[in-house]
Amino acid sequence: MKKREGFSPTVYILSSLVTLAVLLLCVSAGSVRVPLRDTVSIIWNSVLGLPIPEGMSKSIVFFVRLPRVICAGLIGASLSLCGAAMQGLLRNPLADGSTLGISSGASIGAVLALAFGFSIPGLSGGGVMLTAIIFAFASLMVILTLAYSLDFSLSTNTIILIGIVFSMFAGSIVSLVITFSDEHVKTVVFWLMGSLSGSSFLNALILLVTLAVCGTVILRFSRELNAFAIGEDNARNIGVNVRLVKQIVLVAVSALIGVTVSIGGTINFVGLVIPHMTRMVTGPNHKKLLPASMFSGAVFLMLADLFSRVILSPKELPIGVVTSFVGSITFVYIFYSSRRGRG
Amino acid sequence: MLEARNLSVRYGNLSVLDDVSFKIGKKEWVMIAGPNGAGKSTIVNAVSGGAPYTGVLLFEGKDLRRLKPAEIARHIGILAQSSHVGYSFTVEEIIKLGRYAYSKGAFSPISRKDEEYIERALELTGLSEIRRQSVLTLSGGERQRTFLAQVLAQDPELLILDEPTNHLDLLYQKSTFEMIKTWIEETGRSVVSVVHDLSLAKAYGTHALLMNKGRLVASGAVKEVLTRERLGVVYGMDVYDWLSSMLSQWQED
Repeated sequence: MKKREGFSPTVYILSSLVTLAVLLLCVSAGSVRVPLRDTVSIIWNSVLGLPIPEGMSKSIVFFVRLPRVICAGLIGASLSLCGAAMQGLLRNPLADGSTLGISSGASIGAVLALAFGFSIPGLSGGGVMLTAIIFAFASLMVILTLAYSLDFSLSTNTIILIGIVFSMFAGSIVSLVITFSDEHVKTVVFWLMGSLSGSSFLNALILLVTLAVCGTVILRFSRELNAFAIGEDNARNIGVNVRLVKQIVLVAVSALIGVTVSIGGTINFVGLVIPHMTRMVTGPNHKKLLPASMFSGAVFLMLADLFSRVILSPKELPIGVVTSFVGSITFVYIFYSSRRGRG
Repeated sequence: MLEARNLSVRYGNLSVLDDVSFKIGKKEWVMIAGPNGAGKSTIVNAVSGGAPYTGVLLFEGKDLRRLKPAEIARHIGILAQSSHVGYSFTVEEIIKLGRYAYSKGAFSPISRKDEEYIERALELTGLSEIRRQSVLTLSGGERQRTFLAQVLAQDPELLILDEPTNHLDLLYQKSTFEMIKTWIEETGRSVVSVVHDLSLAKAYGTHALLMNKGRLVASGAVKEVLTRERLGVVYGMDVYDWLSSMLSQWQED
């Protein structure tokens, strides 16, 4: 009999249903409440190209909320997957996209584009996305080059240390750009706190394609990530091509983070806390941890986005504020209770 | 099986292994002995790819540098000195990873053959009962045996152990060495182990490499290498006198 280590199809179907239910809930709720039944029929009819029944607000559901909620879900899944992968790869439960310095690198690019009004004609937000991705890759190159020149084996401590130093450096550049950005200050600051308002179906499509490509690459390395999570020397001894796997996973993670940052801004703590909590349920085996983190990350960020929309309605909180607030408190709680549990 | 030619390892200006050459044959149990800092573990690190070396390492005549990591892992299994685990993997999950080098694709499930090796490794190391337990809850000895089981599941032709009984009490030391002896007899494989306990080295080893300050002092059959005279020079004390005075503590009046 052949045994699989991952989840059974039933678990996947159930998780997808829960995610879909949360998605519908988040679309129907908001400053203008649209009944759940109407929401479903609007989405259904719009997708099939059927006429919308009288009195239903198609534009708000289909063109404003739906793409936004989908983007929130995809960004949540991406950030959470990246965090889970990094925590395994670097064998450090505190690792996450921001630890590597990728998100701060990407934010330099995005902030530059916002502050100096760089845009691509015919594609709203295209300028920000392009520069964010370019800067995410550039940062990865800088970080890896520095790491290699210091330490050929790319030891995890070196990467984390360089990532932290690089984040500080990026922070100073971002502050510098803000100082020079006169009339754009408000846009830049609001973007820095993370915001999903104005997400479009195009954004959702870009996120979906990136997640499909990079996510497949990362999931493919589940077993190698298990080996890394046990220890890099152990991974080498059982025959993992340590350097190659590390490079591929890091490139996939930085591409994914570059795209999410360009669309959603810097949304902190999702990549740190969600995999951490998921691991408590699934255990550390990446064959379960990675897909489960994607589902829980998606659900978490959709709900966080809903919260940011309704709590001060009609005013809107930046989603980064919500995730950082919830995330940091949860994290302290987890950290404290696990330390106490260990005695 | 394994041959080292002019193997040297330097960290900056510090030479930790200096021009060492040796051959390891089939069905041999080679003990690497010597004082702290002699370069014993460095030999293991060079073979595992964890230390950059000059010179050549050959396995069955093939240069290790030209082999893929998974190919090397199918031939050579290495048990590192101490393995700290950060996450709560189960004993079984860790042992399963020993079969990594044999997996065909990234999503291929564990085969029946893999399972046989995993079961055998669990049995040999006596871990069957705690297979589903988290490694974080294990004692140092049990953890060490988990990684020993992993490397046995790897089914290597040459097993390299860096101080295999480091965390083990006397009973487990004995049972581990007996177990490895059985494994060699059953499978006809070879073992290299780094040891501090010279009595264990003499009792179980067929051959020995005696190291001192990064250089190979002597190599060959264990009885010829680990002599009272040589050990006296390397350790700067009469090892036999010391060990027999230790044993004399047990003589009852």
